Amino acid sequence: MLAYLIRRLFAAAVMLVVIILVVFSIFFLVPKWAGVDIATSFVGKQADPHAVEAVREKLGLSDPIYAQVWHFFKGIFVGRTYAAGGDVTHCAAPCFGYSFRSEQAVWPVLTDRFPVTLGLALGAAVLWLVFGVAAGVLSALKRGSLWDRGAMVVALSGVSLPIYFTGLLASAIFVFGLKWGSGNYVALGDSVTGWFGSMILPWITLAFLYAAMYARITRATMLEILGEDYIRTARAKGLTEPVVIGKHAMRSTMTPILTMLGMDLGALIGGAILTETTFSIPGLGQAVLTAIKNQDLPIILGVTLITSLAVLIANLAVDILYAVIDPRVRLA
Amino acid sequence: MNTQRTSGRRKQALAAAAVVAGLLTTAACGGGNGGGSKNGAAGFNAAVNKVAQADQVKKGGTLKFVSTQDADSWDTTRGYYGFMWDFSRYYSRQLVTYKTAPGAEGATLTPDLATDMGKVSDGGKTYTFTLRDGVTWEDGKPITSQDIKYGIERVWAQDVLSGGPIYLQQMLDPKNTYKGPYKDSAKDHLGLKAISTPDAKTVVFHLPTPNSDFLQVLAMVTASPVRQDMDTKSKYGLHPFSSGPYKFQSYSPGKNLVLVRNSNWKASSDPVRKAYPDKITLDISTNQVNSDQQLINGDYDVDASQTGLGPQGRQIALKQHKDNLDNPVSGFIRYAVFPQSVKPFDNLHCRKAVIYAADHVSLQTARGGPVAGGDIGTNMLPPTLAGGEGQKYDPYQISGANKNGNVDLAKQELKACGKPNGFSTTIAVRNNKSQEVATAESLQAALKKVGINADIYQYDGSQSPGIIGSPSNVAKKKLGIIIMGWGPDFPTVQGYGIPLWSSHYILQSGNNNYALIKDKTIDGLFDQYTTTLDESKKTQLSTEINHKVMEGAYYLPFTFERLLNIRSSRLANVYTTNAYSGYYDFVNLGLKSTK
Amino acid sequence: MTELSKTGAAVGEPTDSSPAPSSFLEVRDLKVHFPTDDGLVKSVDGLSFQLEKGKTLGIVGESGSGKSVTSLGIMGLHTAGQYGKRKAQISGEIWLNGTELLSADPDHVRKLRGRDMAMIFQDPLSALHPYYTIGAQIVEAYRTHHDVDKKTAKRRAVEMLDRVGIPQPDKRVDSYPHEFSGGMRQRAMIAMSLVNNPELLIADEPTTALDVTVQAQILDLIRDLQKEFGSAVIIITHDLGVVAELADDILVMYGGRCVERGPAEKVFYEPRHPYTWGLLGSMPRLDRDQQERLIPVKGSPPSLINIPSGCAFNPRCPYADIPKDNLTRTVRPELTEVGSKHWAACHMSQEQRERIWTEEIAPKL
Repeated sequence: MLAYLIRRLFAAAVMLVVIILVVFSIFFLVPKWAGVDIATSFVGKQADPHAVEAVREKLGLSDPIYAQVWHFFKGIFVGRTYAAGGDVTHCAAPCFGYSFRSEQAVWPVLTDRFPVTLGLALGAAVLWLVFGVAAGVLSALKRGSLWDRGAMVVALSGVSLPIYFTGLLASAIFVFGLKWGSGNYVALGDSVTGWFGSMILPWITLAFLYAAMYARITRATMLEILGEDYIRTARAKGLTEPVVIGKHAMRSTMTPILTMLGMDLGALIGGAILTETTFSIPGLGQAVLTAIKNQDLPIILGVTLITSLAVLIANLAVDILYAVIDPRVRLA
Repeated sequence: MNTQRTSGRRKQALAAAAVVAGLLTTAACGGGNGGGSKNGAAGFNAAVNKVAQADQVKKGGTLKFVSTQDADSWDTTRGYYGFMWDFSRYYSRQLVTYKTAPGAEGATLTPDLATDMGKVSDGGKTYTFTLRDGVTWEDGKPITSQDIKYGIERVWAQDVLSGGPIYLQQMLDPKNTYKGPYKDSAKDHLGLKAISTPDAKTVVFHLPTPNSDFLQVLAMVTASPVRQDMDTKSKYGLHPFSSGPYKFQSYSPGKNLVLVRNSNWKASSDPVRKAYPDKITLDISTNQVNSDQQLINGDYDVDASQTGLGPQGRQIALKQHKDNLDNPVSGFIRYAVFPQSVKPFDNLHCRKAVIYAADHVSLQTARGGPVAGGDIGTNMLPPTLAGGEGQKYDPYQISGANKNGNVDLAKQELKACGKPNGFSTTIAVRNNKSQEVATAESLQAALKKVGINADIYQYDGSQSPGIIGSPSNVAKKKLGIIIMGWGPDFPTVQGYGIPLWSSHYILQSGNNNYALIKDKTIDGLFDQYTTTLDESKKTQLSTEINHKVMEGAYYLPFTFERLLNIRSSRLANVYTTNAYSGYYDFVNLGLKSTK
Repeated sequence: MTELSKTGAAVGEPTDSSPAPSSFLEVRDLKVHFPTDDGLVKSVDGLSFQLEKGKTLGIVGESGSGKSVTSLGIMGLHTAGQYGKRKAQISGEIWLNGTELLSADPDHVRKLRGRDMAMIFQDPLSALHPYYTIGAQIVEAYRTHHDVDKKTAKRRAVEMLDRVGIPQPDKRVDSYPHEFSGGMRQRAMIAMSLVNNPELLIADEPTTALDVTVQAQILDLIRDLQKEFGSAVIIITHDLGVVAELADDILVMYGGRCVERGPAEKVFYEPRHPYTWGLLGSMPRLDRDQQERLIPVKGSPPSLINIPSGCAFNPRCPYADIPKDNLTRTVRPELTEVGSKHWAACHMSQEQRERIWTEEIAPKL
């Protein structure tokens, strides 16, 4: 088990380095192929050549990619010192650099925005798990009924409607139509109830999409499990139907759902970009979208790193959880 | 295959937007259909060229801004967004500034930190200013001439403080000999020769060559004072040290900004700023549909970015809240430009052929129509600037006889150009501006009628400096028609036109003289303009420059842009100003109620 | 250990007037039909038999003959856990210990399941829940019907595992199904089904998934346990060899019906139905050469949606033309007594069948 963990963590570290390399490459090579000079977008309208050169120097854009990657990782572990044009700043470890645009240190931006996204993702996950799984189980048990068909139509629409549609629709109806809340994000630190109120719509909107997916998966898995021999055995033992469904069938049904949950949460923690944008929630997704628009590499790198880390941890957690649920799986 | 999928997605998105717009309209109806008089709105265009509800203003309250984007930087040296300049007057002062008055008068200058408009001597090469008494920083210390000099010196430190306009450097030190305050070996870091500070209250500027717009440049936010001990260099934009009536309370980039009263600012020292509200907040929203709706509902008072309402919000606001709308001319012109490096646009007649062939009404519609888009543009000098004639000057009858395109004239010009059967070319357009793409499509359709086959080349708008701003790239890709827009950095022909039309401003990257105009007459007129101090003569020269540009047929103007901005019914003392391209003059906005 | 009362409660007495039978288990005219998109699947179409305590009934037939459906029908597993609209249509009577099960309260039947009647399934790997230990599954089966604490139940589980011949039962009780060999799994399955001392044990193809040597062990185990517990046993198989030594009575099913029924020795040595002959012919026997050993029944089992008219076996029967007037293809033969407690459903006369068996079939076997 320990050996397994160490091996997995090592693999994760390698993966992170590769991901960072890829991000660097995309950031620098793609504009190069397109014949675009990134530095020009950081100077004023007149793009004075001296200023462009100075920006290139300051942002370290003229260094070879490998050197930049090296500085980046070094910064994370031992910090780094930025010195350009007489402006010297020491950035203590863990140093993820400074935003090219706002000049903020990236690390506080990440730690500031991470809980926001985490709150969004976890809250939505609770909703979609409860409602998605319940709807899926009910649909499976009442297969072919009006409920089943209705639920699956809703689920299909949930899967196929984009968040920017359902989100806007939700805002239009609840915020601007029924005047529930102001439509602005309230930080948890400012007001717990305010935060809760401001998060309900985003949670529901995000959960709607996932609940739909989970309902479909739950229904399909449950139907498959209900056909298993061991479910027949459970009934042959004289178990009551709630025990057969709730214990024997659910335990097997939860396995693929937990796998999905791990992946989805991992990905969402890197930022539910559409939801955050639609509801103006200052999370990582919003930050990375703005950063991409602004060619703000340090922010992009920081969020990418967090996202990758979250996905890798989620992966690991899912694998361990899998072994806990299914005794046939052994970690090796 | 790929294209189809994208277009399918786009259709889906458009359909979704349409449905939502419909619902929002309904929702807004349910929310109460308040007419102008009922909710106290001043009326349509009530703040254009006049001050709306000045008598209802009360001191105090919280003025709430919203914006879909944050400023590029709140550092006075680094900001280039128009709304940042407008907004920065809350926390920064300059020697001279724009009058806080509506319309054209707003574009005229008035003393701010200085006691007067400066003493000009040495044939326009020396400007001397004296600072007012009682001007202070947010910690109560007096603002000195050294602070002014230091603030201006920061413009030279482009290696640390990139992003802002560099007119000051170009006018005071065109050879860029000064290395900026951070590399300044002088003990006080005030080594810039072009500015001297004989005492704490006197600033003297020494220009190597006179420039009649120097005061305009001094009114720019880049000329704000910065105190050396408060200069956090690259981080200064996160918390600028205030010289104005408000100071930063908190700022989270991309999230929100809160300004509160600067208790050390004295109204007596500031003839310009009224400082009505107690507090000013700016929230960044990433969803324009929502923030528009919040503006319409009055949850916010003003859109800080002043980019106008989005399509959905516009539809709702025009229907139900027209009394809260203003529709001023912005100072921006939307146009197509013909790089002479791409054949056959080296030939005047081929350029004219395109101008005649274009359907100008259709182009205006593509820009959003007369309200959201603007008036049909007939020349290249914004009507908001001195010397601008608006539609009165229409050398190609763009808004007149030829407004729907003139195929015959276009064909004549083609013949004269030696391309009687037309030619093929490429229209370059930013992919993130749907209206620009629409104009490209309109132009493409009109040109086809005269035998000109144009492909549309869409590129990433954020990459403009490297794509269309690189003459070699333009020539290589044969981008014969470039669709763009331009507004003045400061409200004169120089602030608008020099980067576009002067041969001295042709750059290898980040170029804005897309047409590659190398016209000795135009260069000469600009030289003449910069040395002319007489205002009426300057106006006349401005008109002349515009005419020369139009005669060269380098440009096909689409629209004299209009803005459609909404003000909440809570606002008082509202007016748009030509100083900031038709934006509301933020600094003197007030509230009717302090609640 | 407390032996709880096992007399069936007087719940759900049959509504029709037919008197309760004296047999321990009596099935009367059982029909199990499944509606499908293609039509009504008549899996069991009028089946009757009796079974006494301590006796073993072998139900033999090809797959699709309705034998498994019959066993699930007795257990009440066609109604329990059937969700959605497509429920099985069941009619007839199933009397267990004086209680009619089909008309009884489903929850009453559930309580009987696992306690009075238990079942062993074909594939123990898929029939055991992969996520629970063997012990936990046996404990669960026991505690469902006995109000005891977990410790007691676990002791019982270990005891049962020991009884079915699992070595180190106190250790193995905490193993998962996948950690057992196939034979051990089936033993565990048997332990689980016998944990409540059921009076009726239904073994549905209990050895099919196992290899030959283990098969014999499992069959021996079932026989031993039956003697010990005195249960009635139904063994369902497609392989006559399995029931040859075990069964007291044999019931041969074809197309959802019984075609021959009688004491084992009668069915084996004096079979009176051509299908039984076919089954006997396809029975592997160790004393024959491989080449002549297997004489499979030609053709394939009938569609249960469109059961051939007349004798269901007629399309595959080599003697279908012997009875006159095309009788085999028009009239369905009823079960007639062909000997003491021995019935068969065939249009051929007794003599014809006796002659064919003794002259044509028996010598080849």
